[in-house]
Amino acid sequence: MGDPKDPSDPAGTQGGIREPDPTLGKPAKPFAPEPVAARSPEPPSQESPSQESWSPEPRPPGSVPSHAATSHAAASRSSESRSSEPRAPEPRQPRIRRQRVVLAEPSRSSNSLRARVELEEQTSWGELLIKDLVKVQLRTAVLLGLLVFGVLCAIPAVFYAVPAVTQLRLAGIPVPWLLLAVAPFPLMFGVGLWYNRLAERRERDFVNMIEH
Amino acid sequence: MQVNPWALVSVALVVVVTFYLGHRTSRFARTTHDFLVARRTVRSRRNAAAIAGEYISAASFLGVAGLVLKEGADALWFPIGFTAGFLALMLFVAGPLRRSGAYTLPDFMEARLSSPALRTASTWFVVFIGVLYLLPQLQGAGLALMMIMPAPAWAGSVLVTVVIAYNVMGGGMRAITLLQAFQYWFKLYAIAAPTFVLCAVFVAGGAGAPGSAGSLDEPAPPNFAAQTAVTVDTDVTLGVDSPTRVRLDDGSGDGGSGDGGWTTWRPGSQHAVDAGSTLTFPEGAAVPTVGQATSANLDWLLPSTDLTGLLSTYSLLLALLLGTMGLPHVLSRFYTNPDGKAARRTSVQVLLLLGLFYLFPVMLGLLSRMFVPELLITGDTDAAVIALPTAMLSGVTGQLLAALLAAGAFAAFLSTASGLVSSMSGVIATDLLAGKVRDYRVASVGVAAVAVVLAVTLPIDDLALSVGMSFALAASTFAPLLVLGIWWRRLTWLGAMVGMCTGGGLVLLAVVLNAVSAHTGEWAPWLVQQPALVTVPVAFGLTVLVSTATAGRIPEDVGAVMLRLHAPDPLGFMRDRAVQRFGRAEEHTRTTPGRHRK
Repeated sequence: MGDPKDPSDPAGTQGGIREPDPTLGKPAKPFAPEPVAARSPEPPSQESPSQESWSPEPRPPGSVPSHAATSHAAASRSSESRSSEPRAPEPRQPRIRRQRVVLAEPSRSSNSLRARVELEEQTSWGELLIKDLVKVQLRTAVLLGLLVFGVLCAIPAVFYAVPAVTQLRLAGIPVPWLLLAVAPFPLMFGVGLWYNRLAERRERDFVNMIEH
Repeated sequence: MQVNPWALVSVALVVVVTFYLGHRTSRFARTTHDFLVARRTVRSRRNAAAIAGEYISAASFLGVAGLVLKEGADALWFPIGFTAGFLALMLFVAGPLRRSGAYTLPDFMEARLSSPALRTASTWFVVFIGVLYLLPQLQGAGLALMMIMPAPAWAGSVLVTVVIAYNVMGGGMRAITLLQAFQYWFKLYAIAAPTFVLCAVFVAGGAGAPGSAGSLDEPAPPNFAAQTAVTVDTDVTLGVDSPTRVRLDDGSGDGGSGDGGWTTWRPGSQHAVDAGSTLTFPEGAAVPTVGQATSANLDWLLPSTDLTGLLSTYSLLLALLLGTMGLPHVLSRFYTNPDGKAARRTSVQVLLLLGLFYLFPVMLGLLSRMFVPELLITGDTDAAVIALPTAMLSGVTGQLLAALLAAGAFAAFLSTASGLVSSMSGVIATDLLAGKVRDYRVASVGVAAVAVVLAVTLPIDDLALSVGMSFALAASTFAPLLVLGIWWRRLTWLGAMVGMCTGGGLVLLAVVLNAVSAHTGEWAPWLVQQPALVTVPVAFGLTVLVSTATAGRIPEDVGAVMLRLHAPDPLGFMRDRAVQRFGRAEEHTRTTPGRHRK
């Protein structure tokens, strides 16, 4: 993970997709357009300080917690930074012993919401993420485009430079007709499929990075 | 001309089915959102068929085969360029364009550069390109109808215009989506089935089959298989490569000296033939050609290997490649996808559908070189596809195949013209009028009326070539703006405006020069006929230069716009500008009394 003080750290890029900002999705911090500056009064460590400051009793994972209703809201807010943290049940009905059933991991909505806000507010980090995505998508498009259009433009150039090629035949059919009437279409469709896969994978990676 | 009753029936069927489908689907269209972008609900498979259906115009269905008949291997660049345009569109434009949430091309320009002036300018360019593209479709319809029944040239144009104006007026984009998707599959069937049958006939009979004009790799022009009489409808100048016996009957009786009006044409000289004359050639005579058409089969079979050929090939390729992404009616179909991912998937499927289709017109062009070479004399090569089946097969079979091809050609006119009219109506209704459904309807009627008047009054040109000019125009105006606008943050509206106007102006200059040269002795060089190789780089360069010089005018919200264009769809940054301006469809039905209960 890159140094959080320097969001433009080039070492954080990996295959064009930047490592997520370590401050993304961390609770207990009012949102500010400049995350690095806003974080300085907070303790810089990862998760334990916020955990201790909000829930007084240590809870082993899986146990049924018994919080006071006042601390519950804050505790659940803080616990969302850790996916394994169970949520408290309704504390107002102590007689009915409800078993807490966790069907899936807790919602990541606050996490992804924070990341979205960073993107939308065009913080330096959010803008950098988008610039990286644009750059890598453009690079793929240009490379694949050059591949296809290079091949297409090479065909008449070869005819011009080596006119003898036009006389060749393959199974009785002149090579130029095969090259021009048949060959380009599978090539273009194949490259189209390829680009589509690459672009969709990039976008999936980007979304995963934002939402985790 | 003999009337082919099957063709009349099949064309009537296509028109009726189109009318009915449009009528049915337009019942669901009520709001501006429906009319402009079909409520953004068209899935990628349906949209791909619709785009391919709209894109395969008369220029593809009839023109490609005609060009192959006339120019041979060099004409194969047209299908390649038509298809490669979608690859470029997919690589650089499709996804971000859809994510911009725009509903017309001018709206995208305003969303990106927030300049009303640029929006107005691009509105006019959209209308101009649309009309330039629409005219050959309507004229082709007139031509095709004349081929199957004794009708005046305007009848076909008016028929097509009435049908599409009704459909577009009734349901806009909502109505024509299903139509265009249906028409793609119909066109594929209508060209594939006859091609298979004719190829089977050809293979069974061999190259020397009765009716064939000789093998295609001889260094000689095709020959007439039997004594053939050809009536010329317009004044033409013919040339021959070898001494050719011919009897010229121009209706006045002075058939020339010698035996019964027969004379011999010598190679090297041009022979002017007046309109209305009938030329009769004996069996085995070489087929003369009009003007610049390639006469000898061997030259025709091999691609050109000189420098002019190379450069004009590049120019054509560039125009088609970038022109596709600037065609407003193609782009307006991409707005109907639900999101950017679907738009990109749509264009991959379009690549497949187009590649499949274009195999067949090329085959038909090859066959027509052998079986209907007399079209080279009249210069009416666009008729090759429809004339071919009856020339190869006598009796009902040939007529049935010709009927199927004629119906396919009509489907091509209908689908392309409906896409053009709907995209132009959308632009006019939202930019020049208030954008209500009624404005859209008024605009569609107006566009259709203007187009049909122009189509009937202006002279007819080669289908694929005049379409080629509108591609060059689109490539020199909108393509640089789209590519730079999507990928380059420092674009300014001033740079965009200068680039667009200069590129467009240069192409229009070439169009004018071309028209002047056509009337004053064909002096124009290849660059005037295919100007994209110069105009596109000039437009790109000027856009970049002026944008860099006016860096102070970079819009302030460029970061937010780039985020919207490029952030993946699940993050939900997309804003539907049509909903923002015209309201959501459901809200609208509630405020309209009574209508929603239909």
